[in-house]
Amino acid sequence: MFDTVILLLDSTLRISTPLLLLALAGLFSERSGVVNIALEGKLLASAFAAATAAYWSNSVWIGLLAGIVVGVITAMIHGFASITHKGDQIVSGTAINMLAAGLTIALGRYWFEMGGQTPALVGDQRFTGITLPFADALADVPLIGSLYSTLLSGHNLLVYSAFALVPISWWILQRTRFGLRLRAVGENPHSVDTAGISVTWMRYRALMIAGVLAGIAGAYLSTAHAAGFVPNMSAGKGFIALAALIFGKWRPVTVMFGCLLFGLLDALAVRLQGVELPVIGEVPVQAIEVLPYVLTVLLLAGFIGKAVGPKAVGTPYEKSR
Amino acid sequence: MNNNNLPTWINVLVLPLLNLILAFAIAGLVFIAIDVDPVEAARLIIEGALGYEEGIGYTLYYATNFIFTGLAVAIAFSAGLFNIGGEGQAYIGGLGTGLVCLALDASMPFWILFPLSMLGGMLFGALWAFIPAYLQAYRGSHVVITTIMFNFIASSLMVYLMVNVLKPEGQMSAVSRLLEESARLPFIHDMFGWVGIELEQSPLNASFLIALAALVFVWALLWRTRWGFAIRALGASPSATNYGGINPKRLTVIVMLISGAMAGLLGMNEITGYSHQLRLDFVAGYGFTGIAVALIGRGHPIGILFASILFGVLFQGGNELAFEYDNIDREMVVVVQALVVLFSGALAMMLVNPVTKIYQAVSSRQAKEA
Repeated sequence: MFDTVILLLDSTLRISTPLLLLALAGLFSERSGVVNIALEGKLLASAFAAATAAYWSNSVWIGLLAGIVVGVITAMIHGFASITHKGDQIVSGTAINMLAAGLTIALGRYWFEMGGQTPALVGDQRFTGITLPFADALADVPLIGSLYSTLLSGHNLLVYSAFALVPISWWILQRTRFGLRLRAVGENPHSVDTAGISVTWMRYRALMIAGVLAGIAGAYLSTAHAAGFVPNMSAGKGFIALAALIFGKWRPVTVMFGCLLFGLLDALAVRLQGVELPVIGEVPVQAIEVLPYVLTVLLLAGFIGKAVGPKAVGTPYEKSR
Repeated sequence: MNNNNLPTWINVLVLPLLNLILAFAIAGLVFIAIDVDPVEAARLIIEGALGYEEGIGYTLYYATNFIFTGLAVAIAFSAGLFNIGGEGQAYIGGLGTGLVCLALDASMPFWILFPLSMLGGMLFGALWAFIPAYLQAYRGSHVVITTIMFNFIASSLMVYLMVNVLKPEGQMSAVSRLLEESARLPFIHDMFGWVGIELEQSPLNASFLIALAALVFVWALLWRTRWGFAIRALGASPSATNYGGINPKRLTVIVMLISGAMAGLLGMNEITGYSHQLRLDFVAGYGFTGIAVALIGRGHPIGILFASILFGVLFQGGNELAFEYDNIDREMVVVVQALVVLFSGALAMMLVNPVTKIYQAVSSRQAKEA
C-alpha cells in the first residue's frame, strides 16, 4: 500500500512538471495583462522543435535550446498581434494553437516521413534521471528509503528545475522592481505608463519569459517524459495548466499545488482504470480526467473560493488621449 | 471596429481581402518549405473542390458545418461574447440529435422525427452553452475560459457515453447502431433525382438548405428585430444597454442559448445527414473553424456564407491535395486556417494605417486634379 502511494506520487511529480512550467509561463504573461490561452500551442511547437533538434544534433541540450527558441518565437507572434497591433488576445492565442497543431504535423511528415512522429530518441538525445546522493545506499531503509530514493531521487533535471522555479518566480514577482512593475502593468497599465515605464516593453518581456518557460515544458514533454514527438502529444495539457493557473489564483505557490492536484488526478486516472473500488464500484476514467475542468468551472463560478484575475488582463493597452 | 476614416467599401472588402491574401502568401511559403509548388497546390485545391460535381458536393457539405459553427460564433460575438465552445456545443448537440433518433427511429415517420431530431440538437447545444452563459452573466466567470473547459468536459462525456452506453453489445469500435431510414435526411442528389435530374452522389444533404435558412434567420434576427438591436447594442457597449431598459444579464444568456443551438445543428449534417450513426469525434475541429469563418465573414451572414464556402473549398481541396502528395495531409488545411485566424482576426488592424495613408494620398491627389 505504502509503495503504491509512493509510486503514485512519483508519477504525479512527472506529470505535474510540464503543467507547472506552463502554468508559470501563463502566470508571467497574465500578470502582465496578456491572456495566454496559447499555452497549448506553445507547448506543442516547442516539444516538436526540441525532439527534432535533439535527434539531428544528437544532444538533448541543443534540443532544449531549440524548444526555448521556438517557445519565444511563438510568444513573440502572440505579442506582435496582441501588444503591437492591439489584436484580440484570445483570437491570436487560438491562431497559435491551430498553427502549432498543423505545422508540427506538416513539417514532421516532411522531415521524417513517419506520419508526423519524430524517430525515437536514444542516449544523449534524452534527459535521463539523476540519482541523488546516497539514494542507492538508503533504498533499503524502511519508509525514508523509498521516500527518498524513489520519490525524490531519480528524476531528470527539468523536474527539479520546474519546482525550483516556483520560489524563484515568487521572488521575481514579489520582491524585485521588475516584478512589481510587471504586476502593475497587469493591474493598472495607465498608472505604469504615467510613471514613464513602457507598457509595451513590459508585456513583451513578460511574454518572453513565458516563451522560455513554455519552451522548457515542451522540451520536457518530448525529450524527458517521452522519447520523441508524437502528433498532438500536448493533449490538452496547455489548458489544464491554464486551469491550474486560475485554480492557483495567479500566485506561484498555490499554482504549484494546483498543478500537483491535477497531476495527481491524472496519475490516479491511469491507476484506477478498471479497478473496482469499495462502495463506489468502478470509476470511469473519464470522470477523473474531467475533474480539473469541472473544478476550474466551479472555482470560476465562485462556489469554492473566488478566482479574481489581474484587472487589465485581456485588454490591449490604449494610451488615453 | 471601424474607428478609422476609411470608406465602408475599404473596411468591408479591401481590408479583409488584403488580410486573406497575406495569410495565403504565408501559407504559400509553408508549402515551399515542404517542397510543394504553391501554385500547383492551389490549382489542385480549387480543382479538387470545384472542378467536378462530387467535389462541389463535398465542398458544400463541409460548408454546411461551417455555416452552423460560424453563425454560432458570430451571434455571440455580436453581443461581445467570445464563444470558444462551439466544438463542445456541436458535440453535445449532435448527441441530442442522435439520442432522439436512436429512441424514436423505429416508431416515428420521417416528418415527425426530422423536426424532433433538429430540436433535440438545438436544445442540447443550447443547454451546453447555457451553463457558461449563466456563469458569465450572474457569477462573473469569464465565458472564454468556461467554454474551453466545457469543450473538454463534452469530449470526456462523449467518450464515456459512446464506449459504455451507446455502443451496441459485442461491437469493437465506439459507434452507435445505424439509424433507420426514417431518421435519415435525404441527400441532395436524391432530391434532384425525384424531379428527374441526375447528380453524382455526394454527402451533401438537406442540412445545407437548413443552413441557408439559418443564415436568413440570423440576418433577420440581428438586423430586423428589436432583440437583434439590443444584442448589437450589448456588443457595442454593455453599459448603454442598462439605460435602454434591457437586462444585459438575461440577454447574455439568451444570446448564448441561440449560439449554442446553432452549433448544435451540426449534428444534423453529420449524423442524420451523412454518417447515420453517432461516432466519436464527429465534430473534428469544425467548432474552431467556425471562429475563422466568423472572423473573415465579419460576423455578417453574407460574409459567413462566403467564408464557409471558402473553408469548404480548403477542406475538400485539401483532401484531394493529400491524396495527390504523400508528404501532405489534411493538417496543411489547419495551417492555412490558423494563418487566416491570425491575419483576419488577431492582426485585423495591422493594415489599417498603411491603407489609410495610401487612401489619403490617392484621394488628395484626385482632389488636386479635379
